[in-house]
Amino acid sequence: MTRDRTPLLLGAIFVLIVAGGPLLPQWALFILTIAIAQGLVVLGLMLLLRAGLVSFGQALYYCVGAYTTVGLTRAFGVSEIFVRLAAGAAVAAVLAFVLGFLLAKYRGIFFGLLSLALSMILYGLIVKSEALGSTDGLNVAPATLLGARPGADSVRYAMAVIAALVGTGAAYAVHLYLGSPLGRLGPAIKDNEIRVEYMGASVRYTIHVKYVIAATLAGAGGALAATTVGHIDPEMGYWTTSGEFVFVTILAGTGSVLAPFLGALLFSAIHTIAYDVSPHTWQMSLGAALLLVIVFLPGGLWSLFARGKAG
Amino acid sequence: MAVILDARSLNKSFGAVTAAVDVNVAVHADSVVGLIGTNGAGKTTFINMVTGYVKPDSGSIHYDGQDITAHAPRDITRLGILRSFQVPQLYASLDVRQNMLIALGIVLHNAGRGSFLSRARPNVPGHDAPAEEVAERILESFGLAEYRNRNTQALPGGVRKLLDIALTLAARPRILLLDEPTSGVSAEEKFGIMETVMTAARKEGATVIFVEHDMEVVSRFAQRVLAFYDGRIIADAPPEVALGDPDVRRYVVGGEAGRGAREERRPGA
Repeated sequence: MTRDRTPLLLGAIFVLIVAGGPLLPQWALFILTIAIAQGLVVLGLMLLLRAGLVSFGQALYYCVGAYTTVGLTRAFGVSEIFVRLAAGAAVAAVLAFVLGFLLAKYRGIFFGLLSLALSMILYGLIVKSEALGSTDGLNVAPATLLGARPGADSVRYAMAVIAALVGTGAAYAVHLYLGSPLGRLGPAIKDNEIRVEYMGASVRYTIHVKYVIAATLAGAGGALAATTVGHIDPEMGYWTTSGEFVFVTILAGTGSVLAPFLGALLFSAIHTIAYDVSPHTWQMSLGAALLLVIVFLPGGLWSLFARGKAG
Repeated sequence: MAVILDARSLNKSFGAVTAAVDVNVAVHADSVVGLIGTNGAGKTTFINMVTGYVKPDSGSIHYDGQDITAHAPRDITRLGILRSFQVPQLYASLDVRQNMLIALGIVLHNAGRGSFLSRARPNVPGHDAPAEEVAERILESFGLAEYRNRNTQALPGGVRKLLDIALTLAARPRILLLDEPTSGVSAEEKFGIMETVMTAARKEGATVIFVEHDMEVVSRFAQRVLAFYDGRIIADAPPEVALGDPDVRRYVVGGEAGRGAREERRPGA
């Protein structure tokens, strides 16, 4: 049996970010933090994709996490970052638990479009609501860390470390889940639901659990992004945002819990560089990158590492 | 011996097609029952009703005294009634070992073991060993160990059939329903497959109910034969009696197959 290297890798990445963070420019720390926030959403999408499900509405939970952060701050004056993250994740989880009863019945394009429709309902509600900032969005008050407010020069670094902690922690939890009997059912459900049911497992329950986990991760990601950026708007729940998450999921591959973060980081990098070089055609560069991955790496970017291991 | 499965007055129609008419079957524990009949006679419908895939229009099915007529397939499975399929139902993107580990994982999950927070390797209920060891053991007993790392799509037909049945052994069935275990398999392989399956089932102490078209296989392995015709049971007797029944010979066995079966039986009779 090969030794499980994922915990070690996750630990090394966390240490690297903590130790190397002070050496990075502010903009790089910002990109890294946002990439981890989006990586959390993609990690959830990866769970669903392993079971053959593509959610075109995962931005719903990203958006819910972000708006929960602002709501919590405005209504109760909560500024503690870990409370914000936990609340964003919890509200997303409760919403997914309720919607999951409906969604877990559907597969394929129906699952995808229904999740998209639900996310657009939220988008529509936010856009029409003055209290939620309508299309202008809302500002997010700065966060505190264990009661203390980091200085202006260290806030980006602090957020990157918090993101690294949450990201590696979530990745490890998902890694454990994927090794558990219920976690392993993803590919089995994708392949043959009849056999899964006739072995005594409930496909609908398993998908429901995966859907709630995915939403929890997306909610935490949204809360993290909201605090990092300092501003939220309905675009966070728009279908193009969901599309970007699916884009990164395909780009990254489903081979490891590290893949979503790698994919999100690369996506941010391509996005930033392409926008810098050619502001009007940056989408073309992204499209070309995805095309190359689909043609040459059908298993996503992670298959590069998997091949390396096999060789 | 105690009755483990009791189907009473089962009726089922699919539109104008009658698949079960007043079907009454009481199966004793540890017995081996062969279901025979032409295509559309109601054999698979009977298996589908017992395993919850199809609900009877009327009648009841009791397992060990418990009414399971309205149970969902997975609940029936959890009680110990497992089935294989005419077309093997495997996980196509996974290899043989992974197929078995997933089956064992479901057993662990249903027993409340194998939480994702636990790093321990719990014993699979009923097998008293961790999943990896049990998987290897079952694959060995089915002669599938050499295929352990092969993708299931690339397996020969007979091996796919065996794996489909072997997966059910993960859950330690008390009743094993096999839907045409030797269909689509070469004549040379048939008896080997049945020997392997019956040996494993006997070891488990499982009651076996199998649908079969090959009367040689039926007469060799079944202790009791139920002959279906047009949704009805037209004979219920030991193979030597059932296969000689005039109605069975007329409606089920036909010419050559019937003679083959009788010749096969004669030396041992």
